[in-house]
Formats: sequence, C-alpha cells, structure tokens
Amino acid sequence: SAGSCHSVSSSGMAGADGDDSLYPIAVLIDELRNEDVQLRLNSIKKLSTIALALGVERTRTELLPFLTDTIYDEDEVLLALAEQLGNFTMLVGGPEYVHCLLPPLESLATVEETVVRDKAVESLRKISHEHSPVDLEVHFEPLVKRLASGDWFTSRTSACGLFSVCYPRVSSTVKAEIRQHFRNLCSDDTPMVRRAAASKLGEFAKVLELEYVKSDIISLFTALASDEQDSVRLLAVEACVSIATLLPQEDLETLVMPTLRQAAEDKSWRVRYMVADKFSELQKAVGPEITKNDLVPAFQNLLKDCEAEVRAAAANKVKEFCENLPEDSRETIIMTHILPCVKELVSDTNQHVKSALASVIMGLSTILGKDNTIEHLLPLFLAQLKDECPEVRLNIISNLDCVNEVIGIRQLSQSLLPAIVELAEDAKWRVRLAIIEYMPLLAGQLGVEFFDEKLNSLCMAWLVDHVYAIREAATCNLTKLVEKFGAEWAQNTIVPKVLGMANDPNYLHRMTTLFCINALSEACGQEITTKHMLPVVLKMSNDQVANVRFNVAKSLQKIGPVLDSNCLQTEVKPVLEKLAADQDIDVKYFAQEAIRGRDYDDDDLEAPDITLYSL
Amino acid sequence: MEGDGGSEIKQWCLSQVKGAIDDDVTEADIISAVEFNHSGELLATGDRGGRIVIFQQEQESKTLAHSRGEYNVYSTFQSHEPEFDYLKSLEIEEKINKIRWLPQKNAAHFLLSTNDKTIKLWKISERDKRPEGYNLKEEDGRYKDPTSVTTLRVPVFQPMDLMVEASPRRVYANAHTYHINSISVNSDNETYLSADDLRINLWHLDFTDRSFNIVDIKPTNMEELTEVITASEFHPLQCNTFVYGSSKGSVRLCDMRAAALCDQHSKLFEEPEDPSARSFFSEIISSVSDVKFSHSGRYMMTRDYLTIKIWDLNMESQPVETYQVHEYLRSKLCSLYENDCIFDKFECCWSHDDSEVMTGSYNNFFRMFGRDGQAGVTLEASWESSSPRCPLRPWRVCAGSRRKEDEIGVDCLDFSRKILHTSWHPQDGIIAMATVNNLYIFQEKLN
Repeated sequence: SAGSCHSVSSSGMAGADGDDSLYPIAVLIDELRNEDVQLRLNSIKKLSTIALALGVERTRTELLPFLTDTIYDEDEVLLALAEQLGNFTMLVGGPEYVHCLLPPLESLATVEETVVRDKAVESLRKISHEHSPVDLEVHFEPLVKRLASGDWFTSRTSACGLFSVCYPRVSSTVKAEIRQHFRNLCSDDTPMVRRAAASKLGEFAKVLELEYVKSDIISLFTALASDEQDSVRLLAVEACVSIATLLPQEDLETLVMPTLRQAAEDKSWRVRYMVADKFSELQKAVGPEITKNDLVPAFQNLLKDCEAEVRAAAANKVKEFCENLPEDSRETIIMTHILPCVKELVSDTNQHVKSALASVIMGLSTILGKDNTIEHLLPLFLAQLKDECPEVRLNIISNLDCVNEVIGIRQLSQSLLPAIVELAEDAKWRVRLAIIEYMPLLAGQLGVEFFDEKLNSLCMAWLVDHVYAIREAATCNLTKLVEKFGAEWAQNTIVPKVLGMANDPNYLHRMTTLFCINALSEACGQEITTKHMLPVVLKMSNDQVANVRFNVAKSLQKIGPVLDSNCLQTEVKPVLEKLAADQDIDVKYFAQEAIRGRDYDDDDLEAPDITLYSL
Repeated sequence: MEGDGGSEIKQWCLSQVKGAIDDDVTEADIISAVEFNHSGELLATGDRGGRIVIFQQEQESKTLAHSRGEYNVYSTFQSHEPEFDYLKSLEIEEKINKIRWLPQKNAAHFLLSTNDKTIKLWKISERDKRPEGYNLKEEDGRYKDPTSVTTLRVPVFQPMDLMVEASPRRVYANAHTYHINSISVNSDNETYLSADDLRINLWHLDFTDRSFNIVDIKPTNMEELTEVITASEFHPLQCNTFVYGSSKGSVRLCDMRAAALCDQHSKLFEEPEDPSARSFFSEIISSVSDVKFSHSGRYMMTRDYLTIKIWDLNMESQPVETYQVHEYLRSKLCSLYENDCIFDKFECCWSHDDSEVMTGSYNNFFRMFGRDGQAGVTLEASWESSSPRCPLRPWRVCAGSRRKEDEIGVDCLDFSRKILHTSWHPQDGIIAMATVNNLYIFQEKLN
C-alpha cells in the first residue's frame, strides 16, 4: 500500500514518474545510512525535503518508523534529527497527525547524550502546543508518564522538562497524576533525576494553581533544598527565585525564607556560591522589606565567606545589590552595612575576589554621590589602583568613566595618574600591553587636554619599548587615538615625534617610524601623508640597514592608496624602482611586490627571480 | 549466614580461567586492571597492550541451583595506543592503569579507562537491527541504473545477529603532569576524579576541555618533596567526600563542601609508628597501594605492603581492624627491595555485603579475611591444582623446613607470580583476579 501513494505533495518537489526529479531525493534517502557521518548529517538536515517528496502518509508510515530506530547514530546526527522533528508537524499531515512524531522523539529523549536529550525535549515541548486537548491526553501525556516511570534515569530526567507544557491543558484528574509524577521524580533515587526535577521546579510552579504551589511545590522545594547532595541543593536556590515571585508577599516569610536563610548558610560552599550568584534576582523576588531585614545580613555574610569563590561571586553583585536597595534607606544601608565589608575585600587575600570587586566598585559612586565618593570610595579606588595584581588595577581603570561623572576628572587625575604611570612602566610586558589596550578608552574618558598633558609622553615612550609586542600595540594605539582626537591633533602632537624617530641611531626605532606611518596614514588622510610622512619614507630608502629599506618598500605599498596618482608616478615609483635594483634580495623582492601590487606600468623591470625562494 | 559471626566457613571453587595458558607471555597480554560493573553482569579487564576485554555473565544458568552464570567475552576493543610526548620527549605507554564503570543510565554501558595520562569514556552498546533497502544500489553495493528508479524507497530496519559496539565518547587529556594512579566516579553521577602523584583533578563527565584541581601537594621546590599521592576514591554515598592515600601510609579525607581547593584535609587517618619496628623499609612498606570504601560508606580499607587496615571513618587515630596479608615476608624485605617487588601495588576489595575483604599476594596466592577477626585463608589461583566445583584447598606458608601437604616454605614462593588486581562481584559470591595474563573467576560454593 505504501508503494502506491508516493505521489508527492502539492509543492511538486518530484513528479510521480519523473526519474530526474526522483534522483536527488533517492540520493538523500540512501545517504541517511551512508557510512560517512557528514553525508548522513547532510541528509538529516534535508529531512523536510525527503518528507515532502514522500508525502504525508509515507512519511508517517515509513520514514518516521525508520527514524525511530536510528538512535544508534552519532550525537551530531541525533541532535540534528531531534531538532528537525520539532518542525515536522506540517510534513506529517498537520496537527491532526502531530502525535506520529512522538515515538522518534521519545527514543531520542532516552539517549545518554545530554545535548541530544535536551533537544528532543525542546522539540517535544514545541509540538505539544500543536496537540489538540484530546490528543494531548491520549498521546502526549501517556508519553510523559512513560518517560517519568522509565527504568533508566535518562528518560526520567527528560520527563522533568515536559510536565509544565501539558499541565495547563489537561483535565483535573490528569493534572493530579502529573503532580504525583513530579513529586516522585523530586525524590528519585538518582541524583541526576532530582537535579533535573529541581531545575524545572520553578517552571512547573509557574503553571500550577496557587493552592498547589503552596501545598505541593513548597514541600518539594523544601525537600530538594535539604537534599543530601549539594549539587541538588544548589539548584533549589534557582527555583527559589521563581517560587518567591509567585507567592503573595505575606506568605514569603513562612514559606520561602526559612529555606533561603538555610541555603545562604549551607555547609557547602557551592550552595552559598549559588545564593551569591543569584543574589540580585533573589532580592527582586522577595521585595524591599525582606531585603532590608534578611538579605542585608545574608549579603554581609557572603562578602565575608570563608571560601574565596563565594566572596568573589558576592563581590560581583555589590553594585547591583546596592542599586536595588529601597531608596529610602539605600544610603544608610550601604554606609553602615555594606561599605565596611567592601573595605575589607579591598585587601582580600585572594586576587579573584579583589578583581571581582574592582570590576563593580566604581559603580557605587553614582549611587552615593560626590561627597561620599570622595570621602569613602576614593581611598578604596586608590588602594585598588595600587594593588599588586594588575588585573585589579586594570578593572579599576577600565571603569573610570562612572567616577568621572560624579567627581570630575581633576580630582581623579591627581590620584589616578601615578597608578597609570606605574602600570605603564611595569616590568612585566604583558601588564604594559594590557594598559596600552586601555589607553584609547582612557583618552576618551579623560579628554584630549588631560591626555596631552599627562599621557601622551607615555604613549610615545612605548614606541621605543624593547619588546616588539609593546611597540606593535603602541602603534595600533596611536591609530585609535587619532581616530578619537582627529587628524589635526595628530599633526600637532604625534606625527612630529613619530617622524623624529626616523633619525634614531637604533634601526628598530627607525622601523617603528615606518610601522606607525603604515598604521596612521589612513587616519591622518592624504594631506598629512603626502606632505609630512612620504618625504620621510622616501628618504629612508637610503638607509644602510636592509631591513629598513625593504620596510620602506612595504610602507610605500601600504600608503599607496592614500596618495594621489601623480605623486605615485613622480615620487614613489622612482624610489621603488631604485629599491627593486637593490643589492639585497629581500629589498628587491618587496620592492617588486610593491610595484606589482600598485600595478605600475613596469615593462622595464626584470621578472622576479624564482630561485630566491629556494635560498 | 554471612556476617553471622563467621560460624560457617565459606568455600571457594574455581569457575573459569581466561587467557592463554602458556609459559610464553607477551608483555602486552599482562592484565593491569580488573573491574566488575555495578550489577556484576559485566566484568572488564585492561592490559598492558591498551586493550579492554569485557565479559558478560550468562543469564540462563542464573536460574539453575548450585551454579551461577559463566562469563563469556562480550566485547574487546583497543582503548589506548602508545603515544609520544614530543615536548617532553616521553613515551606514553598504552597500559590501562584503571577501569571504572559508570552507573547504568540507559540500555548502553559506560566505562572510564585510563593510562598514565589520558582518561577515556567508552560506550558499550548492542545493536540487533540494521537498515536495509537502497534506492540507487543493491544490498550488495552494486549500483543500479538511475533511470530505473521510479519510486522512492525508505530503508527498513531488519533484525540481525547481535553486535556489540564499543565507541569512544570522550577523551579527557592534558590535565596530568604526572602518572594517573586512580580514577573514581562520584555518586552525583556527573563528576569523577583523577589522581596522579601530586594532584587530584575533578572532571564533569560532559566536559573534556576543563577540569578543576582539587588537591595539589606539589611543593614549590621539588627537592622538598617527601610524599606522593598513591590512590584516591570518592565516598560511595556522600558526593562531597573523597579520600587519598599517600606514600607515607596516611589517608586524608577531604570535604569538597568546605572549600574549592581541598588542600586542607578534614580528617587524617594515620597509625602512630612503632619506633621499635622502625627500619630502612618502614616507609616503603607503609605506602598505601589501594584505598576502598565499604559499600555502606561507613568504613574504608587501605592496603599497604604487608597488611590490610580497616578504618572507621569516625576514628582517625588507628584502624579498627588490621589483617596480616603475608607477615612472613617481613624477614625478606631486603631481597624484595633488590628485586623491586617491595614496590608492587596490591589492590584490595570488599565483599558485596562488606563482611569479608580480599587481596592478592605472591605465588598466585590470594587472601580472604572474614571481618570477625579470624586469621583468614590463603587460596591459590591455579588451574592445575583445582578442579571445577571442588572447593579450593587453603595453603599455609611456613618458615621451617618440615612440611605438611598443605604447607609451603617462604623460600619456595614464586615472586614473579603475583595477584595485584582483584575485584568482587557487587551483589554475589563471585571474585575475579588477574595472574599475569590470566583472569581467574572463583565462585563461592553454594550449599
């Protein structure tokens, strides 16, 4: 019977008797079982084409049974299959037949690979919406039950993600069964399943009636939050956020807070870490009153935790926590409760903690205002700016703009500058490199005037650093500064200094001039390049060091696009031709490259000497 | 009954011997790991040639009285290949150091295997169907004339002979500077640890690109090194607890809840040294060669060169039980040092109900101790001197020259034949052990 109904769907991908149009589909179908994974994957990704050619009936009766049995395949193939099946409803005949997709997805939901299972669950969730209420109870819900009571924990973990999509659309009897299944999975023997249930607890709570949230969910939440495995307990913290959002304020104290307090003081640092990590969400979920009474002391404890990972996570939240404090008491709470802890963190023994704090501490200045910032925060910034760990200092420097807005640049610069200079001259070149990368940002924050006065000389000093990576970064930095401050500024401040280095006795510094010109010519524009830079480059073609000379050839090629054609013909070309006849083979080579790259009419030039390459 | 004060003496019978019975043994065939899976249905061995052989217990005869199913080869595959570390100019042997099974999560079975440097996750799965039917070629691979294709054909799965496949799922590499001596799967079912001489790393089974260092005992100056990690294991029930044993004979218990880096142990199990017995060999023979938690999680067993010690996790100061494995070797330590035998790493294992322990010795002897404090028995893994279903004859090793039939002199022991690797069926009276290239399986005699 299947053979007779291969007449293809209305889109006409393949005619019933047209061999030509069947051929590509036949190839795709055959490659579903090719030995090469890539070809199988390719076929699976074109599954809709195959289904379209087979028509809805053969897709249901032949293709889907075949796919249901292919769960032996490689993960990437199964992943693609799980994804495809989520978009297959129309290809099996529309919502009326959508349940035909359940068997292959059910078998995919039991494989060991988490990504495949998750994708299968995602597709199942997607097609659940395409089931009619009747089909949902007749086909979908039984599948959820089968998975939930499966022998292997892979199927039970998959079930956890499906309860919330069917619950709202089934009868109250079935609802009761679903709640029972969820309860069972929350106390499953396998920690994997309890973790899956815990991670879906919040989502499930959202679709439950409030009475069941209070009766069922709270007891499950309490149980999971005191599970013997800390990997389960920490997931309950996440559920805490969703549950707290669902409950009326007056119930939070009795139903949620005891568990949350317990989690914040859990014996396992991983659970406390989770509390610290989710602190802003928790704070929003429980509201201002509980925040004031409970979360402030909890937060203080997390900032003083014995495990550095926890302190770092809490330190990361300092700004957000303070921002979200109720306005009426914000300043008092920060000044009396939070700031003392923050002060201690500034001299923490762990650099990750200090670094986490440094990345947010500047944000407190906008909350506390000018006077408090100068009196209380500035000393902390300065302490962190002098920290032995460069990452801490860099985090401070990269967030200067918010302090700038509050207290102004003059105030800041006096204290800031020494720290920057110190970093700029750090003995470790990687530290110098990092501060160079912040220069354009700093320049933008501090303005051109301050920059010229204080930082310009630093930027120029890097050009003659003894480490190449620093000289290279310094060159790149100049380009970014010119983009910020404009060509005129460049002409007045940096171009003369760069060009001055062309006469340096050290050939490396002379080369730096060329590298800078390469980088700057475009940003500076034609006039400056032609008038000021080009003459220097041309003059350097007479340098006694061959490396300089072939870099001249490279530079001429590089800045060519900025110059006009007259200048190219009259000034650049003769010099390149001279270099192309240089006695040094490299100079010769790069000069010829430059000539060829610019497409000069150069019949008189000898062909490149191939043998050069073999030397 | 078992655990009933040991009033009944258990008897063991030889069930099976695997591997070629031949004096000419190639190095690659020497078995280096033996491990039952969690149900006992599968038994894996690893060898120096990097191969893993998995045996499956026959199901049918399980119903027969007085006989348990025999183990037959289920799957054989090459787990590790020899490698060369070009940066350090080091050869990396393919020898399988440890095998650990994962708790079963679906119809397939998973195990971790490790050599000195690289841990691999293997999936062992069955396939009994294969697709049939092509559009453009015959089943035998001959191509059809494409113009003859007038209808599309969807392949159909047909039954076929059972095929067992072993496929590598993950490779956890580049995390160990020193040689890996232990791997252990956590009861949270998602993480495992791997220990080398100086560090212990924690992995998530799903991620091969990162692991967390949880113990690091490497001193800043390697000249100050006095102690190395010799074995490590997770607690069977508490996911936050693990232990590691050291070359100085101590065992440290760490709580991962307390801190991210477990350099500070929460318990230190160490027996005070008897100053009168101190000798040049004291430290070498006290080195912990294996550490195993009991199934209940209450006790922990350590094996050193001459003894097995059982510790109650609640008492750090001394073991609750000590069993002499081969005390008669104490006078021979000098020659055992000279032939390097003193550095042999004997494993030990618990019976399924924690009422007995077993470990190997020399001369293909193995020792079984009831937990009731009796002296224990010495049995021999030998196909020549045992016959199927006949209880093994206990041996006595004596120093003197007068011999009874069941006695053997210390001087007659063969030190090249040793039982290092042992495993006990997790639910049944079945034990497996490796003697050079042979795998011996013994069953408790059923009455």
